[in-house]
Amino acid sequence: MSGHIPRPDLSARPVVVVKNLGKRFPGMKKPALNDISGEIYPGSITGLVGPDGAGKTTLLRLLVGLLLPDTGTITVAGFDAATEADRIHPITGYMPQKFGLYEDLSVIENLRLYADLRNVLGKERREKFEQLLRFTDLARFQSRLAGKLSGGMKQKLGLACALLGEPKLLLLDEPSVGVDPISRRELWQMVQQLLSGGMSVIWSTSYLDEAEKCDAVILLNEGGVLYDGPPAELLHKVRGRTWRLAGIAQNERRALLMDILAARGVTDAMIQGRSIRIAAKKDADAQGGGIAGDAAISGLDWQRTEPRFEDAFIDMLGGAPLGRSAIGELIREKAPSDKPVIDARALTKRFGDFTAVRDNSFRIRRGEIFGLLGPNGAGKSTTFKMMCGLLQPSSGKAFVMGLDLKKSSSAARSRIGYMAQKFSLYGALSVLQNLKFFSGVYGLSGKIRQQRIELMLSLFNFGNLQHMSAETLPLGFKQRLALACSIMHEPDVLFLDEPTSGVDPVTRREFWLHINAMVQKGVTVMVTTHFMDEAEYCDRIALIYRGVNIATGTPDELKEQVRGAELPDPSLEDAFITLVRQSDAEKEQ
Amino acid sequence: MRRLVALIRKESLQILRDPSSILIAFVLPAILLFIFGYGVNLDSNRMRIGLVLEDSAPDIASLATAFGNSGFFDLRVGRDRREFEEDLVAGRLRGIVVIPRDFTAKGAKRGGQASLQVISDGSEPNIAFFVQNYAQGVLQVWMRHQNEDYGAQIQEPMRVEPRFWYNEELKSRNFLIPGSIAVTMTLIGTLLTALVIAREWERGTMEALMATPVTIFEILLGKLIPYFLLGLGSMTVCWLAATLWYEVPFRGSFFALMAATSCFLLTALGQGLLISSFSKNQFLASQLALMSAFLPALMLSGFVFEIASMVPVVRGVSYIVAARYFVSSLQTLFLTGDIWPLFIRAMLAMLLISAVFFIFTAKKTVKRLDA
Repeated sequence: MSGHIPRPDLSARPVVVVKNLGKRFPGMKKPALNDISGEIYPGSITGLVGPDGAGKTTLLRLLVGLLLPDTGTITVAGFDAATEADRIHPITGYMPQKFGLYEDLSVIENLRLYADLRNVLGKERREKFEQLLRFTDLARFQSRLAGKLSGGMKQKLGLACALLGEPKLLLLDEPSVGVDPISRRELWQMVQQLLSGGMSVIWSTSYLDEAEKCDAVILLNEGGVLYDGPPAELLHKVRGRTWRLAGIAQNERRALLMDILAARGVTDAMIQGRSIRIAAKKDADAQGGGIAGDAAISGLDWQRTEPRFEDAFIDMLGGAPLGRSAIGELIREKAPSDKPVIDARALTKRFGDFTAVRDNSFRIRRGEIFGLLGPNGAGKSTTFKMMCGLLQPSSGKAFVMGLDLKKSSSAARSRIGYMAQKFSLYGALSVLQNLKFFSGVYGLSGKIRQQRIELMLSLFNFGNLQHMSAETLPLGFKQRLALACSIMHEPDVLFLDEPTSGVDPVTRREFWLHINAMVQKGVTVMVTTHFMDEAEYCDRIALIYRGVNIATGTPDELKEQVRGAELPDPSLEDAFITLVRQSDAEKEQ
Repeated sequence: MRRLVALIRKESLQILRDPSSILIAFVLPAILLFIFGYGVNLDSNRMRIGLVLEDSAPDIASLATAFGNSGFFDLRVGRDRREFEEDLVAGRLRGIVVIPRDFTAKGAKRGGQASLQVISDGSEPNIAFFVQNYAQGVLQVWMRHQNEDYGAQIQEPMRVEPRFWYNEELKSRNFLIPGSIAVTMTLIGTLLTALVIAREWERGTMEALMATPVTIFEILLGKLIPYFLLGLGSMTVCWLAATLWYEVPFRGSFFALMAATSCFLLTALGQGLLISSFSKNQFLASQLALMSAFLPALMLSGFVFEIASMVPVVRGVSYIVAARYFVSSLQTLFLTGDIWPLFIRAMLAMLLISAVFFIFTAKKTVKRLDA
């Protein structure tokens, strides 16, 4: 945080005033937004957080006049959003979830279009373009088509387009979804600079580390406001309830985490390298006594630790999904094996004269979680697709369970579960129909098939939604369904390509509860993610950049690699960013 | 105005870069013209038939030659009808003409009646009818010549000399090609417009556009104008192909052609805009466009199926199909010439239909997502 200007400026008139706002969509039982009130002050950044389907996007659309409220009023800079939307549009910048870029127009053509639409002309336009291109570091890519930009660059261009015409209010709808940590950090810095000009920003996000850095947060849940105020104040609610268990053996972390999540008095627990972070319930005994009373976790080294926004967030939403995963209890233990389950030997993939993956080798043991990290466009998904037999490597070999994917890919594939990055189920089929279809495709039949389908329905709480078509599900449920479809046939190996992209923190914990439980039964998992807290769950990580594996190791080993005077206690995100920058520096030399 | 120009420029760049719009505007018409120019032929030139000569009298040879030279038939000659039966069943022959054993004998008798047997495939009534008529025609002409040769002067009571106006050679291509151009314009106007707007919804660009100071009319006009011009361009290409390559006569004026095309494009674009205000995904938009524009243009426009022979209800429906007016205008332009009274009536009808589409579109479209 820049810190030198006190923000938000509460003495000024609020830019946005929302009073008793309500919105209900036809066909929905509950209102999308219910009696929301609040104010946004100039020169501040407000984080809009909450689980999927909480109403974040709906609120942003209402603010910019793209939806009409059913009840209540919204004014933006004194104009009524329902009746004077045409007065609001010139003074707001809005970046919708998909960035709103024309993919078949170049960077500069997109800018020109939005400049014309926003009446930015002449000298002002030249200056603004120059400033924005420098600001976003897109000057070199002016003539590149927007569709050919990486995720991070698209997001910056989307921001640049929204910033044309000096808006007073900037609305960003989940700008960091699917964007790597480096681009995320850059975007955050860009927005910080804008605030000094007096602009107000509303930033919807499912990254709680971003929310923590905002001047104010609005926490939405089920259409209502759970909290509205500075993030630091929310921390009071969990102060004294957060603990850290340090120095846990690498191979015992997962079992211990599962025990802790099943113990009384716990509201949240996460792996962080070789320690586990725990938040206790409000009424749980301090000193962790109430928790530590559980036999399995007594006698460990409990240390108090500072609360984070995320602890408070999870606490306010009623805690993380706890207990033990039913799927973990049910599946059979996978046969032990000394041989690597996944074996990539010098994998290389070229598309024309572009090398997407170069000479990538790794081995993954049974019951191991192996993470592929890297910036957008680094070659993670390409590596993934080669490992599942969806892409033929240009050279090198890929083995799964000892089977060569080139020769016996269908035999190998029946042992694999794959969850693609994009939603790849049948949108027109209902939840139940998708489950039936995929169980059939994977060769399940009769009683077992019926049992599995029922298990998935109850495991992921599809109860009321089972007849809803998949495309109309909220994002979090879509991802749940995709995960359900990929694990029904009890695969030995699970490939998860950004399984939690755009999913809220509570649902993400639920995913990892199941993944960890399956891994304990010997399932081998390969995963990509942009969430560094999820990367901490990995036993080993390969950091891929420009198609090359630039570092492999346990999360703590990677952090160790970058520890120094500047970074005495590096986070995994610091490690990621530093290692990528080092690779850049080496390349330039 | 600047905003409108910016939107038009954006749309034009997209058209140029997007292979699918070039495909619909230029490649698809070429394929349609090819199919209707070469593939579909409603005339039955040179039908393949079997000619069975049971009678072996010398005169019969000249009758067989008459069949061969008539220009209607592609002959196979045999002595027994059983040779051809199988081929007729298999569809390799369109019919069998049998000249019975007693043909000359009967015909030689004074006042005798010589008759042929024509067997044709009733499962294709149209062709069966052609085989029958043409065979009869060949026979009559032959008999007249026979009689003249023998010096007999038979006074025919009356003779009909048919003459076809406008499409003198009775080439079906000459009226199918103008009709297929109308189908092409429907695809560009309705399908392409509905698709590109649905695409903007799917990609989220419509949401971003709506949050700028642009007005909804600018957004609609920004779609309408580029596709209108694209339609006129495609029409010019079709016209050149029809007249130069397929040698369809063109007797009207280019001005009248453009005027009629403009009116029709307005209805097609209006329909496309209206569809896009209902359906915000490309799949649904294309289904709606095909059902509500392409199929009527194909079936109810009089392009293939004669409107006059439709049942009254369907005929009534055809009055609200803009393609009907456009097809008749085009056929007139190509084959007859500038018949302004007809054009003006057709253009007024099309303008009326387009006005209805635009009024509904304007009512339905607002600068919001929940309309």
